[in-house]
Amino acid sequence: MAIDTERAQTIEEIEPFEAAEEINGGDVVLIDTREPHEYQEAHLEGGKLVPPGLLADEIGTAAPDKSARTILYCRSGNRSAIAAAQLQQLGYENVASMSGGILQWQEQGLPVVAAHGMTPEQRERYSRHTLLPEVGVDGQVKLLNAKVLLLGAGGLGAPTALYLAAAGVGTIGLVDDDVVDASNLQRQVIHNTERIGMAKTASARIFIEGLNPDVNVVEHNGRLDASNILDVISEYDIVVDGADNFPTRYLLNDASVRLRKPVVSASILGFDGQISTFVPFEGPCYRCLYPTPPPAELAPSCSANGVLGVMAGTMGTLQANEVIKLILGAGEPLVGRLLLYEALGTRFTELKVRRDPECPICGENAEEIPESEMGRFPDYDAFCAGAGGDRQSIA
Amino acid sequence: MATVRIPPVLRPKTGGQPEVEAAGADVGEVLRSLTGEFPDTQAQLFGEDGELNRYVNVYLNDEDVRVLDGLGTTVKDGDTVVILPAMAGGAS
Repeated sequence: MAIDTERAQTIEEIEPFEAAEEINGGDVVLIDTREPHEYQEAHLEGGKLVPPGLLADEIGTAAPDKSARTILYCRSGNRSAIAAAQLQQLGYENVASMSGGILQWQEQGLPVVAAHGMTPEQRERYSRHTLLPEVGVDGQVKLLNAKVLLLGAGGLGAPTALYLAAAGVGTIGLVDDDVVDASNLQRQVIHNTERIGMAKTASARIFIEGLNPDVNVVEHNGRLDASNILDVISEYDIVVDGADNFPTRYLLNDASVRLRKPVVSASILGFDGQISTFVPFEGPCYRCLYPTPPPAELAPSCSANGVLGVMAGTMGTLQANEVIKLILGAGEPLVGRLLLYEALGTRFTELKVRRDPECPICGENAEEIPESEMGRFPDYDAFCAGAGGDRQSIA
Repeated sequence: MATVRIPPVLRPKTGGQPEVEAAGADVGEVLRSLTGEFPDTQAQLFGEDGELNRYVNVYLNDEDVRVLDGLGTTVKDGDTVVILPAMAGGAS
């Protein structure tokens, strides 16, 4: 090719060992002319990333001194040679391209800065994450180290678990005391027909482990109550609430405020869903939003009223999105905001939720309550009697 | 006229309608026009003392009327009043 011939005549190419000597000697500007995902996997120490498509825009910042010694490298030496020729045209006086690129550099046993905390398999698996500036390698490592507890491995828990597992959330705890039923499968996509009758936590584990071996699944095959909830949630960074009953929601709220654990809370019924993120003392808690639950006749369950299966997917994946943002510290979680979704009209509505200064749990004068009182609310006993003795299941 | 958004649990009381147009100068009047048209909603929105039931949240547009002027909050033409009881469906 003409351009190669021309370049070969006009640019200086140096071997990796020559480049290493110059770099060790100092006073060298080292430019990596590859793409961001390549750079993230491994680069030379001190190498500044200037992707080929951004060369003209970014080289002035990376290499402001046109008389300085400037060494370019890429994967195998082609892109850096082209970039070197371009830099010469831009007036750079002392440019060299490293022949053979980082591949030959590594073959010669010279050191690189590799993505820390991730194996080569993980760098491949999560490459679409690490390409995002909001995630990057650091964010992916945070996800891999995160511990998230899902209350319920059912409608909301199924899609939430799938996407958190795919995202590489390192520990996923599942609380559920129910077994897979045929009537679950219209929406609980983590289970399947063959696993009808199996414990939901065990069924979910099979799917998650098949999807992503990086995830450690912890099964809590039982119910949360005031005697065990503090022990269980203290092991996790974030709790995802997909419980199907009010006593469990209030119990979780009271325990999570005490332990200052963020809760991503959603609920679905029919064609309607709602979701909010409760970060204790940064925003309102569940009791600030709903000081008392509705009477039993206004609190129908999905089993009594029906729910469009895809609602679980919509709201569950919104929950997963909230969890990931909390782990990364990116974006704006739904703190102090309640998002309503009405699927028949395809309409989202956002409402403001404020901290209640009078809140008995997180308000200004709230006192720590005894564990036996956690999860209680006015008329609790009447409510639970009205709702039926078996409604405390979080399945 | 304001638009009142009816939550799923109350829709059986409004003939299944998810939204109802209702007149009134403030939130209380709008809700009373709703209960006038659909009397079955009365007991679920209001207690015997005429106050909103504590388990029902009411929003004018995106703001909780409890932090505005409660039932006395002025409603303008085209405003939306959202009735929101807590929901717990999720898993089972």
